[in-house]
Amino acid sequence: MSEETTQLEEVPEVVDLWVSGTEEPAAWETGSTDEGAQKMAWTESEARLREQLGTVVEDDFDLSGLADDERMIVNMGPQHPSTHGVLRLQIELEGEIIRRTKPVIGYLHTGMEKTAETLTFLQGPTNVTRMDYLAPLNNELCYSLAVERLLGIEVPERAATIRVLMTELNRVSSHLVALATNGMDIGALSMMIYGIREREMILDFFEKTSGLRMNHNYIRPGGVAADLPPGWRADVTRILETLPRRLDQYDDLLENNPIWVERTKGVGVITAEECRAYAITGPTLRSTGVAWDLRKAFPYSGIEQYEFDVPVGTRGDVYDRYRIRVEEINQSLGIVRQAMERMPKGDYRVDDRKVTPPPRGRIDESMEALIHHFKLFTEGFKVPAGETYVAVESPRGELGCYLVSEGDGKPWRMHTRAPSFYNLQSLPIMMADSLLADTIATIASLDPVMGDVDR
Amino acid sequence: MSETTTETPDETVEESAPAPVLPDHPVLRGLAEAFAGAEWSVSHGQDVVTVEADRLLEFATAARDAGFETISDITVVDWFRKRRVRFELVVNLLSMQHVVRLRILVPIHGDDPTVPSLCSVWPGANYAEREAFDMFGVVFDGHPDLTRILMPDDWEGYPLRKDQAVGSVPVQFKDSHKVD
Repeated sequence: MSEETTQLEEVPEVVDLWVSGTEEPAAWETGSTDEGAQKMAWTESEARLREQLGTVVEDDFDLSGLADDERMIVNMGPQHPSTHGVLRLQIELEGEIIRRTKPVIGYLHTGMEKTAETLTFLQGPTNVTRMDYLAPLNNELCYSLAVERLLGIEVPERAATIRVLMTELNRVSSHLVALATNGMDIGALSMMIYGIREREMILDFFEKTSGLRMNHNYIRPGGVAADLPPGWRADVTRILETLPRRLDQYDDLLENNPIWVERTKGVGVITAEECRAYAITGPTLRSTGVAWDLRKAFPYSGIEQYEFDVPVGTRGDVYDRYRIRVEEINQSLGIVRQAMERMPKGDYRVDDRKVTPPPRGRIDESMEALIHHFKLFTEGFKVPAGETYVAVESPRGELGCYLVSEGDGKPWRMHTRAPSFYNLQSLPIMMADSLLADTIATIASLDPVMGDVDR
Repeated sequence: MSETTTETPDETVEESAPAPVLPDHPVLRGLAEAFAGAEWSVSHGQDVVTVEADRLLEFATAARDAGFETISDITVVDWFRKRRVRFELVVNLLSMQHVVRLRILVPIHGDDPTVPSLCSVWPGANYAEREAFDMFGVVFDGHPDLTRILMPDDWEGYPLRKDQAVGSVPVQFKDSHKVD
């Protein structure tokens, strides 16, 4: 006992309160002999004092009081399988608790904005489609809408409907990858196989339509590259019939799995105010309860004629983001169904030979068609001088394209507002004071595409 | 940069010609009336305001208080040999409550490319300003961590400037031992 008390005498007085019942008198004495009352009085007066002095700090973490061995900076990535590409995180740990995080990016930077200045407006979609490689059609749509606004042209109704059909299918395929990787990161490995399997069904349709599984270069200024292939209705119907059944299976796998729910609920929480301040959009913003969707706020491609809901969450955690993605798949499938039913007849690109190439058959018989074809694919079309900012709702949030033309065949400046780039700013907020083990779930729920971040 | 001062292109003369127009949207109109001296215009149906760099922070704070709670995008355009003022800061604002957008243009002189940082108004400006610094060498005064973000830390030059050629620079690798 004597050994214990001598040890305790050296520690600060807050701890001394608890030893006032021992033989040795405590360093801090009051008239009362009630230990609990003494303790309460001390903490209450201390708290009041701090409040009056304005030194109550809740969120800030004071590093000065820590010994060096208690704080540790751990490097995660850039080649970590759960970072969805090449994201590197510098994480400051105190035990198992993350105090600060700094994302380090740029490993996938390929200078696409510089490249865009060397490509004609017609070649542009080939470039931007490689940015967000999980939602390439959204990138192409955004760029094409910007070019069309500068040109002052409207695409035919069939082209707009095809665009809606394809981009919504792309949203489904992108969200399927998000669910798949989210599942795999947390340990539901079967989810990876299922998600990729269903996505492949959609990619098969994309391949049939555009010739490529990814990086389609399908949506171009003036319309789309080709009409929908024969038998497209059967393919889309098959997707529409299969996916809802498979989503139910996912529910069995994830929703009814206590481990999944335990690892996602209340993890990686962010508030609506933080989202607005940090320009975070997409499912992350909607998970906080803000029903913000650019398809509703600033409609494009005639999306305002379709009926769909914007799912929102309440808690802003990983679980809400997962539920929102599942619900958005359902809503997108609804839009695809409506697009398929209303698909109007007509041309799939504008009938303006200065913008879109002539049909193949015309080239053999018309000199003008041949000249137009040649001019379009060598020097491209010229876009009037001007600048514009077009934003579409990509699966990850607001995807913007700031396009400046000087009246030439190539853009003077093309800048992409990448949703993943801005959303990455939320990682330090969501990961602050959380467990290191939750990092994986948090990154996966954000669904960043590093090609989009680094461009 | 010395070429920019010697050239006097016509664009700058043409731009100052149209009479100032006030925007239609009530929020923007209120902002325009409260903040005199800014130049308002419409570009392809989008409201654009041109503000001088020394009044940017003041205008940004007013815009945020008027309801622009989110910053959509920050970027820079290099008007090398096209305009007398070489750089142009482009800030796209978004008001979710009023469902309206606003673009702020700020001319930046090429010999001293410095603008105030918007991080104190919208924390979300952080990465975008770092990118603009990385790509154009525009310095954001008051930014908490103005370092390269996409290019390697020891990269020389600013790739998106118009006087930087494509593919003429040998590949550099980041010093793997350096941890900042």
